[in-house]
Amino acid sequence: MTLRTIISVLVATFVFVAISSSAEAAGRVTIPEPAKGKGDQCVADTSFMRKNHPSLLKHQRDDTLRKGIRGNEFSLKECVACHAVDGKDAKPVTYENPEHFCRTCHAYVAVKLDCFECHASTPDKKRQANELPKKHPPTNVLSSWRDLSAQTCEGG
Amino acid sequence: MSCGNSCNSNTTSRRGFLTSMAASAAGATAGLTLAPGVTLFSPAQARARGKGEAASSKVRWGMLVDANKCDDGCTACVDACADENGWQGEGNPATDAQWIRKVKVTDPGTGKSQSLPMMCQHCEEPPCVDVCPTGASMKRADGIVLVDKHSCIGCRYCMMACPYQARSFVHEPVSGQRTHAPRGKGTVESCTFCVHRVDEGQQPACVEACGGTKRGALTFGDLNDSESEISKKIATYPTQAIRSDLGLKPGVRYLGLDT
Repeated sequence: MTLRTIISVLVATFVFVAISSSAEAAGRVTIPEPAKGKGDQCVADTSFMRKNHPSLLKHQRDDTLRKGIRGNEFSLKECVACHAVDGKDAKPVTYENPEHFCRTCHAYVAVKLDCFECHASTPDKKRQANELPKKHPPTNVLSSWRDLSAQTCEGG
Repeated sequence: MSCGNSCNSNTTSRRGFLTSMAASAAGATAGLTLAPGVTLFSPAQARARGKGEAASSKVRWGMLVDANKCDDGCTACVDACADENGWQGEGNPATDAQWIRKVKVTDPGTGKSQSLPMMCQHCEEPPCVDVCPTGASMKRADGIVLVDKHSCIGCRYCMMACPYQARSFVHEPVSGQRTHAPRGKGTVESCTFCVHRVDEGQQPACVEACGGTKRGALTFGDLNDSESEISKKIATYPTQAIRSDLGLKPGVRYLGLDT
């Protein structure tokens, strides 16, 4: 039994290594590992944010600009501040740099990102490190999401 | 209801009905109804709005420019605006963005010159909003006229419609934007009354800078609040809107202009 287990593990490892090396040999792009945020916790679960961050940002931008609602949680400014990646000069890198948090994934999935043609891709220089979000209050993300969806229907 | 013995519900006019309904609604929320159709509102305070609170039409932001205190050659307001909103030029004066500029006007009869700042006048009836084909040009509830660059296609109709030449088109790629003032190539932009500062209860950068020079030619505040400094000045001194003949009801008014 033990021998079987050991053999299974060895075979599995061999297969994994073989696949990995063949992927690299075939010149395929490796899965990106974006840098973690500086805060304790994101405004929502990682899996939720992966899928829904464009919609969250899109809805909040309209609320902020057109209605003047400030301080809501799905803010591009906060994303950029929390997920800033420092370059070799110890300053946050811009979207021009492949290390930029947003760019790591967007380059992998080949989705063009227009946000930073207008928005700053680095945190505000005046912003102090102690202003970074430490821990966000618990959020009922699903209810927020429904509210936002309903808004689209009204507006559209 | 406002009807006395002389009218009944069948003969109540549409206007009378709406007025009394509006008065009742207002009385229930913010104002005190003194008599049918007469409502006493408490003045809206110029303060930072709470988190999640939308801009309200109870506030009408406005600015008063005292041309008597504005010196020719002083560009404190322009410099402060450029720094605050990050629109320093690309070195092409013909096409560089210009949210606010100093204008020198001379009376040909007397030869007297005056210097004054000219920027978006935040009209109550903004022609830029009327002509915008995508709805990008918009007026917020509190009277601040903005460009939603998410929808702006850069057609520049608004620039042609504006009688104050207050808007600029961004011709070149932009980098190093301020986080609170996104701006990019292919979109139109103009003075925002420093909306990001106003929402936090602060004054626009130009007003602060003008005060810093001890001139104090600019006053910013709520035109709907009769107790605000700007309202008191407008009620006291003869002020005027530039091109008032157009009926656009600008939020920016000027004091001491020779006409």
